[in-house]
Amino acid sequence: MTTAAARGPVALVLHQARFDLRSFLRNQQARFFTLALPVIFLVIFNGVFGNRVVGPGPMKASAYYVPGIAALAVIAASFVNLVISITAQREGGILKRRRATPVPASVLVGGRALTAVGISLVVVAVLLGVGRVAYGVKLPTAGLIGIAFTAIVGSITFCVLGYALSTVIKNEDAAQPMVQAIMLPLYFISGIFIPNISLPPWLRHVASVFPVQHLAAGFRHSYVPGAHGIGIVWSDIGVLAIWALIGITVAILRFSWLPKAASA
Amino acid sequence: MEPVVSVRGLRKSYGQVDAVAGIDLEIESGEIFAFLGPNGAGKTTTVEILEGFRTRTAGEVNVLGVDPADGDAAWRDRVGVVLQESNAEPGLTVRESLQLYSGYYREPRDIDETIALVGLTEKADTLAPQLSGGQRRRLDVALGLIGDPELIFLDEPTTGFDPSARRTAWHVIEGLRELGKTVFLTTHYMDEAEELADRIAVIAGGQIVAEGTPGTLGGRNRMASTIRFTLPEGTGADDLPPELRALSARADGRVALTTQTPLVHVGALAEWALARGIDLPDLDVRRPTLEDVYLELTEEPA
Repeated sequence: MTTAAARGPVALVLHQARFDLRSFLRNQQARFFTLALPVIFLVIFNGVFGNRVVGPGPMKASAYYVPGIAALAVIAASFVNLVISITAQREGGILKRRRATPVPASVLVGGRALTAVGISLVVVAVLLGVGRVAYGVKLPTAGLIGIAFTAIVGSITFCVLGYALSTVIKNEDAAQPMVQAIMLPLYFISGIFIPNISLPPWLRHVASVFPVQHLAAGFRHSYVPGAHGIGIVWSDIGVLAIWALIGITVAILRFSWLPKAASA
Repeated sequence: MEPVVSVRGLRKSYGQVDAVAGIDLEIESGEIFAFLGPNGAGKTTTVEILEGFRTRTAGEVNVLGVDPADGDAAWRDRVGVVLQESNAEPGLTVRESLQLYSGYYREPRDIDETIALVGLTEKADTLAPQLSGGQRRRLDVALGLIGDPELIFLDEPTTGFDPSARRTAWHVIEGLRELGKTVFLTTHYMDEAEELADRIAVIAGGQIVAEGTPGTLGGRNRMASTIRFTLPEGTGADDLPPELRALSARADGRVALTTQTPLVHVGALAEWALARGIDLPDLDVRRPTLEDVYLELTEEPA
């Protein structure tokens, strides 16, 4: 039998992703926060604001929340999930054990990112389905390409940001509070939970620096009924790409295979 | 044949402190080599340099013909590492964990055969994190073996095991010898080193303080033995033959004799006891244990 390693790097990335995905699907907590919670949020926000019209647009709340919660879902699948699992793997010596094998670092990172992209696409598709069936929000077919593209770029961006953040977290107990402490305020100011048109201008400026708002905006452009073409707005994608570059730089400079607890 | 591991003048300094202060090691192919030393003696640092996890300050290191600092995938294909502490792969069964790792290598061992080698066949479809401590450790060994390495590092493979689990693990390690593997073993258990190792080196204060076979380490084969027995009631130490009296140190009829010539003294003792018609049911002749030797070697200067 030829092994994945013998078949080349692409086969090895797929091999890694297959097992990462299986491991993810068997983790009840990860499943809940990544697959179920975004749908629950969507139902709740639509229950509260369903028939109101929200800006900017203006658009119906149901049409507003689907792309916003899609951004949250991509972040949950890529960033939150990854920071927690990578920190636990590092502190538990799993990364060190893998490092002792011939598998290249790029394969481990690539396999993990591929898993996150796959999960992100599935959750976003489910959210679109709920929006369509439960709230009658129809999506232009051309918009699908934009949504998929945004989901992939967003997922990769938040994966590398996850790798970068994991380098400053000491142990797995600190991982969950840390990601939530960063993400919850950003969700509030980036138009995920509440339309950011109702925020004071300075707070909107703050939000525009961070990638969360641009991921949500990216989805919204493709999702807004009557969007032109595939609805990709390159300034949003550009901000995501800049954050991805920052994430890669930090991750490459600071990433550690060995437990921090042991090397301290 | 070229040695599997060869170390010359290895030094690792942290600031002013030499964690490893110039050591030499040589390990031949097919050997089970035990590396002993107290915590903080430089043991882990040395092992991690050999495994390619740490850089060194000075010295020459050669593992399977390669400097571990430049160890690439082709080198890692030939080296197996079982870390002292590593969690199970979350969400994967024993077999799946081995499938994942087996994919990393070009010519891995057979998965089911490896599971059988570590005695986990009945647990093959159990989620790895649900295994008992001993079973998890055996899975660690299996993961270190799956690439069919020529050299395998085992870092304290049986720490925390109950006695029967340790026996099982020892069988697994003995099995590696039969497969022709070279084993670099670190352990805190002297009985483990004695049972398994062909050769032992002891590191203390960053230096190798002794090297030898389990029987000869630190001059163990030339050290005094101790003869112990209890005198029956009515017999005093003064009744012992003169050549034994001089050696004796006693407390409540219990006698302990330290001797360089155990056979001569046991012979004299037996002759004396038989002539008097007494038996010494708790007679015990003991060489210094490996642990005695080790403790002496690694004693901190007061």
